[in-house]
Amino acid sequence: MSKVLAITGAGAMSEGMRQINPDVVPAFPITPSTQVIEDFSQFVADGKVDTEMITVESEHSAMSACIGAAAAGGRVMTATSSAGMALMWEMLYIASSMRQPVVMTLINRALSAPINIHADHSDSMGARDAGWIQLYAENNQEAYDNLIMAPKIAEKMDVRLPVMVCMDGFIISHCVQTMQLEDDDKVKKFIGGFESTYPVLDTENPSTWGALDLQDYYIEHKRAQHIAMKNAKDAIKKVSEEFADIFGRKYELFESYRIDDAERVIIAINSVCGEIKEVIDERREAGDKVGLLKIRSFRPFPYEEIAAALERVKIVTVLDRSESMGAYGPLFTEIRTALFDAPEKPMVYNRIFGLGGRELFMSDIHDIFEENKTYLETGKVEKMFDYLKVRGG
Amino acid sequence: MPSLQEMAKKEGAFAGGHRMCAGCPVPIFTKMLTRVTDGYEIVAGNATCCLEVASSIFPYSAWKIPWIHTAFENVGASMSGVETMYRALKKRGKITKPYKFIAIGGDGGTYDIGLQSLSGAMERGHDLVYICYDNGAYMNTGVQRSSATPMGATTTTTPMGEQSYGRQGNRKDLSRIMVAHNIGYVAQASIHDPVDLSEKLKKAIELDGPAFINLLSPCIPGWKIAPDMAVELARLGVETKYWPLYEVIDGEYKINYTPKKEVPVTEWMFLQGRFKHLNKPEYSDVVDAFQKDVERNWNWIVRQAASVELLSAEVN
Ligand SMILES: Cc1ncc(C[n+]2csc(CCOP(=O)(O)OP(=O)(O)O)c2C)c(N)n1
Ligand code: SF4
Ligand SMILES: [Mg+2]
Repeated sequence: MSKVLAITGAGAMSEGMRQINPDVVPAFPITPSTQVIEDFSQFVADGKVDTEMITVESEHSAMSACIGAAAAGGRVMTATSSAGMALMWEMLYIASSMRQPVVMTLINRALSAPINIHADHSDSMGARDAGWIQLYAENNQEAYDNLIMAPKIAEKMDVRLPVMVCMDGFIISHCVQTMQLEDDDKVKKFIGGFESTYPVLDTENPSTWGALDLQDYYIEHKRAQHIAMKNAKDAIKKVSEEFADIFGRKYELFESYRIDDAERVIIAINSVCGEIKEVIDERREAGDKVGLLKIRSFRPFPYEEIAAALERVKIVTVLDRSESMGAYGPLFTEIRTALFDAPEKPMVYNRIFGLGGRELFMSDIHDIFEENKTYLETGKVEKMFDYLKVRGG
Repeated sequence: MPSLQEMAKKEGAFAGGHRMCAGCPVPIFTKMLTRVTDGYEIVAGNATCCLEVASSIFPYSAWKIPWIHTAFENVGASMSGVETMYRALKKRGKITKPYKFIAIGGDGGTYDIGLQSLSGAMERGHDLVYICYDNGAYMNTGVQRSSATPMGATTTTTPMGEQSYGRQGNRKDLSRIMVAHNIGYVAQASIHDPVDLSEKLKKAIELDGPAFINLLSPCIPGWKIAPDMAVELARLGVETKYWPLYEVIDGEYKINYTPKKEVPVTEWMFLQGRFKHLNKPEYSDVVDAFQKDVERNWNWIVRQAASVELLSAEVN
C-alpha cells in the first residue's frame, strides 16, 4: 500500500531501489550516499529483493561492473557521491557512449581538496558533459519520484542513456522528511520489464561491444548520442505525465514557482529551492513580485522552455552551488545562453553559494531579492559575478 | 582432452583478418577459447591492449563469440558485471544454458593499471577465467615499460643511455600475487606449448570460480625479433627457466615442465634486440643478476612443489 512516512533522502532512494528490484547493483560506500547501499544490502540479506549485489573494490570498478552488467542484458543501479563519482569519471563517459541505461543515485557532495563531506554540486556539474541525463530534486519526495521515473526514461529505445538522480548531501540525504512512498506493485507495474538491446549474453547472435572507432565512424556515434539526449527531453516529459496520471504528482523539466507575473526571479537547483520558496511566499504577502525557477533536468537542458518561462521577467539571479574556476557558474552559463535569443532579455547575473555545505539562510535569500531589486531600479547590475556569504568577500 | 587435430575442427572464437602484427602469437590462445571444452556458452571481455585494438576496428570484428571491451584498467570489474548479470538472470529463470566467462588483459592492463580490479574480481569469487598475455611491456602504445618488463630490457621509457642499461630492478611476480588470492586455480603457461596451454585453459574454464592464467607471449616489435621467432622465444623462455610452467591448484604447486638441461638465460636474452646492448663485458653484472633472479624464482617454485609432495607423502 502507498503510505506517508518519515524517512531520510538516502532512505527514500534505497526504498525506491527495493521497489525497482534491479537485476544487479554494484556499489562502493562513500559519505553521504553510504546509507543507500547499506540499506539495500540489508534488503538483499533479508530477501526483500533478489538483486545480485557486487561489493566492488572501488567506484571505478562499480561503474565498470554497471556497464558490464547492463550490457549483459539487465537493469542495473548504483549510488555514489563526490570523490566516488570522480573516480568513475572515465567510466561515466563509457556508460553513456555504450548507451547503457544505468540509473545512479548521486548524493551531491563537494569534491576534494580540501576534503569536505557536505553538499555542493561540483561532482555532478563537473560531469555535465559525460552524456548522462541529470535530474535534480528539492526534497526526498522529488528524489524518490525521480528515481522511480529514471529507469523508464533511461530505457526508452530512442534514448538508452544513463540517468543520474541527484540530491543534496546531508541537507536532503540525511534529513528526515515526510513523503509518500508508493505501493510496491504499483511502482513495479509503472516501471515494467527490462528490454535489452544486443545483450552480451546472447551467444546465438554474438555482438562486439566497445570496438575501436576511428575517424571514419566516431563522430556519427557521438551525434547519435546527441540525438538520444535530445529525445530524452520528450521522454522525461512523457514519463512525468504517465507518473502524474498514476501517482498524482506533476513534474516538468523545471518548476516555475510564482513566476507568471514575477519581475524578479531566482534560478537554482536542489534543496535551496525549499527556502527560496518560503522567502517568496513571505515577500508575495507584502506584494513583492518575485519568483523561482527550479531546474529539474539539467541534462538535457531545456533552453527554449526556460526562455519562454522568463519572457516577462525583468531580472534573474542565477545561483550556482559549484564553481567553474575561471568562468561563470555552470547554471549561469546555460541560462544566459537560453536567454540570448529572447526578444526582451532580462538582466541576469550570477552568484556562487554554498560550496562545501555552507548554509544559505532565509535572511540571505531576502538579501538576494533586495539586491536584485536595487539592480532593477538602477537598471545596472553592479556585480555580474560574486560569492555569497564568504569571508573577505 | 581432445587432440589438437580434433580441437582445430571446432569453431574458433577468433577469426583471421585481424590487425595483429605478422607473427604475433596472441591469436594462438584466442582461437582456443571455444575449443578446449564443450557444453558452455563462452563470453569474453578485453582490457584495452594490442589484442583489443587490433581485433575490433569498427565496423569489423574478429570475435565470433560475444565480446566486450570498456577500458584499460577494469576488465576484472566489467566482466564481474557481465558474470553477475548472468547469475541474476539465471536466478530469475531468464537464462538456462551454462555460461563461462573469460577476461583478457595484457601485462600493462593486468600487472599495473588493472591489478586492483583483477584482485577484486578474484577475491569476490566470480566464475571468471582471467588470462594475462605477458609480452613484457605496453606494446599497443609503443613499447613502454611495465612492471612485467624484465631487468635490463630497453623500452621507450627505459631506453639505453649513458646513464642507463635499460629497465632497472626486478619484474613483479604477478602469478604469486594471484596465488595469494587463495583461488582455485593459478597457472603459468606459454604460447609455444598448445597442449599444456589448452589443458590449463580447460581446467580454468571448467573450474567453478575464479581462475588466473599468466601466459608468456613474445612480441615482434617489442622484443625486437623476427616475425618467425615468437614461438621459439617462448620455448626458450621456458627452457631457460625465465618462465616456469606450473600450476597451483587449491594452493598446491605443481611444476608442469622441468627443462632437461641447464640453458643459460643469455641464450634467450641475446636473440632479442631489447637485450642486445647487454651483450658486452661491462654489463656482465646485470646479466649475472638476471640469471640469479631466474634461478631464485625457479628454486622457490621447486620448493613449493616439493613441499606439496612432502606433505602428501607424510599423509600417505
Ligand atoms: C586509463 C588509460 N591509460 C592509458 C591508456 C593508454 N594505453 C592503452 S593500451 C596501453 C598499453 C597496454 O599494454 P598491455 O596491457 O601490456 O597490452 P599490450 O599492448 O602490450 O598488448 C596503454 C598505456 C588507456 N587506454 N587508458
Ligand atoms: S605489438 Fe606485439 S603484442 Fe602487439 S600485435 Fe604486434 S606482436 Fe602482437
Ligand atoms: Mg604488454
